[in-house]
Amino acid sequence: MSGLGFFLIGATHHTAPLAVRERLALDPAGEAALGAELAGLGDLREFAVLSTCNRVEFYCVAAEAGAAARVQEAFCARQRFAPADFEKFRLSLAGRDAVLHLLEVSAGLDSQMLGETEIFGQVKAAYAAAQARGAAGPLLNRIFQKAFQAAKHVRSHTAINAGQVSVANVAVDLALNIFGDLAHVRILVLGAGDIGEKTARAFQSRGAGALTVANRSAERALDLAGQLGAAALPFEQREARLADFDVVVCSTAAPQAVLSFAAAEAAMKRRPTRPLFFIDLALPRDVEAAVADLDNVFRYDLDDLARIAEQNRTARAAEIARCRALLVERADALWRRVEPLLAGAVPEAARLRESRHPA
Amino acid sequence: MFAALTDRQWLWLAAACYFAGFARGALSVLRGERPSSGAMYGLLAVGYALQFFGLYLRGRAEGDCPLGNIFEILQFIAWSAITLYLVVGVTFRSSLLGYFTAGLGAALTIASLALPSLDATRRAHIFGNNPWLELHAALALFSYGIFALLALTSALFLFRHYSLKSKRLDGWFSFLPSILDLDQIAVRLLGTGVGVLGVSLAVGAVYWMRDTASVNSAKLLITVAVGVAYAAALGFRLGGRLLAKRFAWTCLALFAAALLSLGPVNASRHPPIAAAREEGT
Repeated sequence: MSGLGFFLIGATHHTAPLAVRERLALDPAGEAALGAELAGLGDLREFAVLSTCNRVEFYCVAAEAGAAARVQEAFCARQRFAPADFEKFRLSLAGRDAVLHLLEVSAGLDSQMLGETEIFGQVKAAYAAAQARGAAGPLLNRIFQKAFQAAKHVRSHTAINAGQVSVANVAVDLALNIFGDLAHVRILVLGAGDIGEKTARAFQSRGAGALTVANRSAERALDLAGQLGAAALPFEQREARLADFDVVVCSTAAPQAVLSFAAAEAAMKRRPTRPLFFIDLALPRDVEAAVADLDNVFRYDLDDLARIAEQNRTARAAEIARCRALLVERADALWRRVEPLLAGAVPEAARLRESRHPA
Repeated sequence: MFAALTDRQWLWLAAACYFAGFARGALSVLRGERPSSGAMYGLLAVGYALQFFGLYLRGRAEGDCPLGNIFEILQFIAWSAITLYLVVGVTFRSSLLGYFTAGLGAALTIASLALPSLDATRRAHIFGNNPWLELHAALALFSYGIFALLALTSALFLFRHYSLKSKRLDGWFSFLPSILDLDQIAVRLLGTGVGVLGVSLAVGAVYWMRDTASVNSAKLLITVAVGVAYAAALGFRLGGRLLAKRFAWTCLALFAAALLSLGPVNASRHPPIAAAREEGT
């Protein structure tokens, strides 16, 4: 690199397997210490560190060609990772390509779970941390702000994050399609295994308040209810109390159905105006198939949920080209504005930086 | 330039706004995007203002409430439905309801404007300068506007019900409101419509009791039947005997019947059409 430039160095799930990413991952204390170390590199004008379970990336504005090597050296030394090995997994981009990468990461296009929104918050946090340590100057400010705008634009103008792609979240989305709001929805979790727990937590993360757990082993039901802050119900009362619930998440290991058509029919007679939603995640299934014929009763099994998740994944994948075109357009426009600043505004950036950190 | 526009031209402009809202929404849905609530609301609001002005000009020129023929009645029903959507539509949290309301507004206004025969004759002074009778008629037609919105909500309910039962949730089905929200909106609309129509019928009944010969028995029977049918639907729904799909289909069927009843009701109003033609021309 000659003169000033914007570059990115790091490793992601595209370039490094999980075992390597585990070794490269920065914990908060390590990130803070490395941040302090990088701040001491004289030729590094601005930098931000993005560290998640799928990536560790350094976005830097530097005045000298050797800056990237020094960032790599400092990082590898802290992680006790041989630089020669790191280079096998390294992602290294500069200029407009680095800008485009940041835009794609922010929009969830570079994520393992395409279109996921958590990464947006993580990029924001990385930027906030850079600001807090005084490492974000006018150039990174502009690039990151524009990346956030681009990510929001892509989310609101494409279907990149439409629909959920995990079975538990698809189940929650379906409940929202039926009830609109989960705050007053009463949920019975039938079966206290891993699937039941994950689905219950997915409901809680989307605002569900009233959860009840029933399990053949009462002890396990009480245990999970305690962890979830939910109530427990004796398993034998599941059918008699069915009318008290709006959503029933079933994931028992019972060899035959544990909720019958007759029980669902009787429950609907007691609560005719409210829909009843069965999420049957068990194999063999827990709910008799005929309940789906009842008016105002909806029943989805594992295959249904998996199919919807797959449809959503396909729909997201189909949006990639459109999203990328939008982001390329924005990255090009941003780079056209940033490139002259890299040459002309570095003294200004350095001056601002020095005024915050006088020698 | 605008001063030279006739009432019908203002109404055409309003119809164009409603159609633009519907077309814009259709384009969004075809692209797989959610119709923009803000843009839809804006187009409906502009169309509403234009229609209001057109109907005002018509009323001022005729010297009474613009309910003198089928053209004016259809315009008034569309205007009522849009009024209700603009007042309470925001709380519906459904851009699709706005899209369908724009479609309904466009269909009613364009159809009434495009068929000149609907506006060829008009009964003048049908209310005999009696403000209570004007209130009776205006409220009755406003309730039809509410029932129109109820019919749209019911259609959305059936689409949502179908999507959930058939497990098809992609495409434009994903923009539909929840089934419980739609059901609750429908019950509220039905309650409001029955209330407004009830007040209208009560006002009309007072007038009728003073002069029973003044009201054609066919008109009386039809309007009371519509009111009773909607009230019965509300009673059955609240009593838990008419639910979900059957409730939605009932609301749709009742609105179709109510619309079909407009012809006979209009034809049976006093003064008879021939007299009106003579008087009005």
